[in-house]
This record gives sequence, structure tokens and C-alpha cells, in this order.
Amino acid sequence: MSGEHHEGSGVSHVQSVKVLAIVLGALLVLTWLTYVTGSANLHGWDLSIAMLIATVKASLVCLFFMHLKYDRPLHGTVFLVAVLFVGVFLAYVVGDSLEYQHYFDQHIEDHVK
Amino acid sequence: MMEVNTQSPTSSQADDHGHSKHLAHHFDDVHQQFDTGKFGMWMFLLTEVMFFAGLFVLYAVYRSNHPEAWQFAAQFLDTKWGAINTVVLLVSSFTVAWAVRNAQLGETRKMLINLVITLLCAGGFMVIKYIEYSHKVHVGLVFPQLEHSLFNPNITAEASAKLAAYEQGEVFHQIEALSAAERNWVGKFFSIYFCLTGLHGFHVLAGMVVLSWLILRGMRGDFGPDNFNAIDFGALYWHIVDLVWIFLFPLLYLIN
Repeated sequence: MSGEHHEGSGVSHVQSVKVLAIVLGALLVLTWLTYVTGSANLHGWDLSIAMLIATVKASLVCLFFMHLKYDRPLHGTVFLVAVLFVGVFLAYVVGDSLEYQHYFDQHIEDHVK
Repeated sequence: MMEVNTQSPTSSQADDHGHSKHLAHHFDDVHQQFDTGKFGMWMFLLTEVMFFAGLFVLYAVYRSNHPEAWQFAAQFLDTKWGAINTVVLLVSSFTVAWAVRNAQLGETRKMLINLVITLLCAGGFMVIKYIEYSHKVHVGLVFPQLEHSLFNPNITAEASAKLAAYEQGEVFHQIEALSAAERNWVGKFFSIYFCLTGLHGFHVLAGMVVLSWLILRGMRGDFGPDNFNAIDFGALYWHIVDLVWIFLFPLLYLIN
């Protein structure tokens, strides 16, 4: 826990309304940004940019709305480990599927009417 | 900075931390009780991330293999509704985070107002989801196993005629123009769309139950500076629902 306990009973960090409002404002601006970049032609960078913006938004929610910035490091670690394993899961399965997809596509071409 | 509000008649009945009436007998103090609950909540959120991960991986496999089908299919989703729902959930995340602060400071009335706004946002999200879903069902952009699906290879002449007649058959003719294989992959997009948004929508409904329960308990005066664990943990769950949507919105609605 951090030492910034100015308010409340001291059991946990109390987030100021100002910080919450600034974070909400940032999230809305980023939503607008993702909307604008999503409708523009970005020559194949669309997905990367959209995921980058989504990750920044998710980080803001985690750090400030979910109090991870002020929380015990253990909770953030638990969450990051989950995200890490999703990445491992994703990378292996997508990589594997790209290896044999052409057999599958051929099968669909031949058998789907 | 605001002072700690101890005027609430209902929230400050316990004397001090060590002897709180909210302290379960198997914990040493409220700090230990809070930390234990919070750690448990984070472990649950970890399982939620893994739960959704399966569907995200399914999405990634199909999209990486058939990007053109994904691009074609996404044009049938209404970006406007997706964007509005994103804003609705972000605002609800803000109000629920504020409600946690209110509970920590013993501001029961403000806490209840924030929780009710959060619940209304959740309801609004589901209403918009209903509008979107019902349109998909009417035009036939649904699971291929269903009778009135544009992707059903064994669709009856009657069902087909009905879909062709709906909204001048605009969607119908665009799907009709695809080859059988293309139609199969576009159909997969909508199956995955319904699985992802359906699982997410189910979480929103569960969140509405949690929020209602918190509101009822809040009205009873259960929460205050020495007992806000349920509000804090419920809010964490609600933020996860928001987090999933933050990724779903660009992945489903904004494929260019």
C-alpha cells in the first residue's frame, strides 16, 4: 500500500474526484481517437493502432479506477500474469493455426455448398 | 480535500477498526480482512480474463486466417451504437469508482446516487445491445444453425423469401452475392460476434444483479468507512466488464 492516506479510514487508498474525472476525460478522448482512426485508411496499421489505444485505455482503468497504482503490487502482478498468459495462449494458437490453415480452407472449398 | 464525513447515521456505528462489527472473527483486523478479500477478488478477475481469453483467441485465429471476410462482415455492425455503448460503460466505470470513494468517506447518499447511475448505464447498455441484436436477427445475420440465418446452407425457401423481403433485402443480396466459402467465413464472424458480445452481455446482467444488491444494502446502511469491501470488490468486477468492452469495440466494430 502507498502512504497517501489522507482521507477515509486508512484501510485503502481513497481516489480523488478530480483524478477520476481527468481519467474519464482521457478515456472519452481516446474513444473518439479510436473511432476516428478506425474509420480512416491507415494502410494496414489499423489493428495495431486500435489495440495500442485500447491498451492505453485499459491501463488507465486499471491504474486509477481499479486503484492498482496505489494498491499492493501483488494485485497488479496477478493481473499482469493473467494478461501475459493470454498473450502466450494467443501467440501459440494463432501461429499454429496459420501453419495448417490452407488444408482446412481447401476442405471448406471442396465441401461447403 | 474533503474531510471525512462521519455524519451518516448508519455508516459509522462501529467504534473503531479493531472492534468493528463488520470484522469476521477469523480475521485479526479490518486491514487483514480487506486485503484478503481484495486478493481473492483479483484472483477471480484473473479467471475472468482467462475465461474471455478463449473467445479472443478464437477471434484471432479466424481473423488472421480470413481478414477479408472480417472486413466485409464488420460493415454490418453499427459503429454508432458500439461507440455510444463504449461511452456508456466508461461513464458507468467512473460513477462506480466514485461510489467506492463515497463509501470510503461515509457519503451514503452520494454513493447510492452513483450506484444508481451505474445501474442505469448498465441497463442502457443492454437496451442498445437489444436494438442491435434484434436487427441482426431480422436481417438473418445469426448462427448458421438457425432456421432464419443467411448462413444456413439448408435454408428453406420460405425463410429465404422472408429475409429477402426485409428492408428491401439489402443485407440479403450482399450476402447472396458471396461464394459458398466466403459466406461460411462471414457467418463465422457473426457466430463469434454473438459469442463474445453474448458472454460480455451476460457479465453486464450479472453486474446489474451485483449493483442492485449493493444499492439495497447501501439503503439499509450497511456501508461506511469501516465497511466498504463489497462496494470496492463489486466495482472491480464492473471495471473488468468495461475493460473487456474496451477491446471488443475496436475488434468487432472498427475493422477497416
